[in-house]
Amino acid sequence: MPRKSRNSTVEPARAAKSRAVKTNVHLPFFGCSVSCGFPSPADDYIEKKLDLNEYLIDKPAATFFVRVSGDSMIGAGIHPDDLLIVDRSKEPKNKSIVLAIVNGDFTVKRYMARGGKIILKAENPAHADIAIVDGMQFEVVGVCTNVIHNLK
Amino acid sequence: MHKCDPQSQVSPAHSSCCAPAPIFALVDGNSFYCSCERVFNPSLINQPVIVLSNNDGCVISRTDEAKAIGIKMGDPLHLIGDSIKRHRVRVYSSNYALYGDMSARMMATLAQFTPELEVYSIDEAFLSLGGFAGRDLTDYAREIRRVVRRDTGIPTAIGIGPTKVLAKVANRAAKKNKVSGGVLNLCDRAVQDSVLAEFAAADVWGIGARSAAKLARMGVTTAMQLRDADANAVRKLLTIVGQRIVLELRGQSCLALEMVQEDRKQIVSSKSFGRPVYKLDELKEALANYATRACEKLRRQKSACHTLSVFVQTNRFKDGPQYYNSGTITFGAGTASTVRMIAAANGVLENIFRDGIEYKKAGVILSDLRPASAVAFSLFDDQHKHAQDIKAMSVMDAINARMGRDTLKVGACGASAKPSWSMNASKASTPLVPAWIMKANMRTKCYTTRWQDLLKVGS
Repeated sequence: MPRKSRNSTVEPARAAKSRAVKTNVHLPFFGCSVSCGFPSPADDYIEKKLDLNEYLIDKPAATFFVRVSGDSMIGAGIHPDDLLIVDRSKEPKNKSIVLAIVNGDFTVKRYMARGGKIILKAENPAHADIAIVDGMQFEVVGVCTNVIHNLK
Repeated sequence: MHKCDPQSQVSPAHSSCCAPAPIFALVDGNSFYCSCERVFNPSLINQPVIVLSNNDGCVISRTDEAKAIGIKMGDPLHLIGDSIKRHRVRVYSSNYALYGDMSARMMATLAQFTPELEVYSIDEAFLSLGGFAGRDLTDYAREIRRVVRRDTGIPTAIGIGPTKVLAKVANRAAKKNKVSGGVLNLCDRAVQDSVLAEFAAADVWGIGARSAAKLARMGVTTAMQLRDADANAVRKLLTIVGQRIVLELRGQSCLALEMVQEDRKQIVSSKSFGRPVYKLDELKEALANYATRACEKLRRQKSACHTLSVFVQTNRFKDGPQYYNSGTITFGAGTASTVRMIAAANGVLENIFRDGIEYKKAGVILSDLRPASAVAFSLFDDQHKHAQDIKAMSVMDAINARMGRDTLKVGACGASAKPSWSMNASKASTPLVPAWIMKANMRTKCYTTRWQDLLKVGS
């Protein structure tokens, strides 16, 4: 899960000494090869490594990953087998893409709220929209914030 | 299930006059394990659901719907088969990887609401609300409930009180009383009176069945009577622990938040087998796995073990020859090495093993734990070997932390419990399931901790 940063690097020798291995230390990638010569002028500008968790996730405790099946959201760039990042802490706005529960099943749709009515809109003409009416079991689980699509 | 910690002082923990009066909130997840299952399976909402203990033995979590049809905590699975069928109860094996992750999410969410949080168990936490006296605490607790439910999907109940014991009472009363909306504030004296009068002394935190029986002989059966009892008489009956409970019921805080968990004094790793085990080799393999788990815990708390006990036993509830035996070995220089521990466990096992017995359970007990940094060597101990062990173990822990449990393990543990990364390899050949592996026939996936187990959602 994204809650603990996965790309922590543990150097065995150091770990052996301290034995407290749960770290989030990102070891910077040094600009110069190890040599006795002149140090790289870039060494003064070493920054921490980029962390995708930081880019994709606001609230780790409320964020869940799910795998998409079905093609009803293909028009929104969500394909079968894509990975969706769902933030439960976000309230849906009109046109948010949400993960919802409808009558006991999960579904991903575009959330359309107009004039007190809620419609879960598919982004594929082959699929029907779902109009939420009284008596339906309906709950917005969270807002889908990002989709991860494998290009291979 | 939960005991009062007897280590703190009787004198009020917050006697200083300048600090704000302490206020505690106890938050716990309703039917926590079942609620975790519901988060990932909406068809379980409003249905009776139960979760079973290790080996699918008995009920350890049940929803209100399951309670309503008469299923009790601790009911053995084989005795409630009829009612499960009749009411279509959904039955699950415990999935601790999932519950542990959901627990961490719940605790992280709670931590946003207080500067001080004590994680009391997998599904309970005490929050210090002492600095929030100006606010309407009932409203604040409702907001906490709402956010935990929204962010994690877990429904909770919250009890508030001037002491931990009263917060516990409030939490329990909040659950029973449907009108409360899951929140009850016991800071007000009049509310305390009305709740404590209806509350059984036996249900007060820290009062076990035996203490309750002793109190009943004294004529004390309600929490109100316990509160108003002579504290010294209670002390005579139930030691200092009982006296502290009386004071806490009176609103005098004796138990402070414990934010740092104390290291364990003893580590036990044992389980009942999924089916009978007869062979020495199978027992060895099981013990190697238990020793592996125990040593991981040992290293996590940076301790070294000086005494190892191994036990084996038959099924007491079954006819046939009964056998129980255990053996112990001591280490001159303490160790936290899985390799050394397994070798030692094998040695002990060979001494206590008897042929032709149907073994049901085995385990290791690591005791005499001391700080790993203070291991003393004698002239004959191989210090170089010891340093090598530590290095090897920390590499193993680091790899397992990154790649998943049991990615790297000692050969004695057997190859059949496959590491998570060998998915493709295992598809070709059916993996052998060793006999000692627990039964968990109805376990859900590790939705939040394994890439290959992610929840599938339709679109």
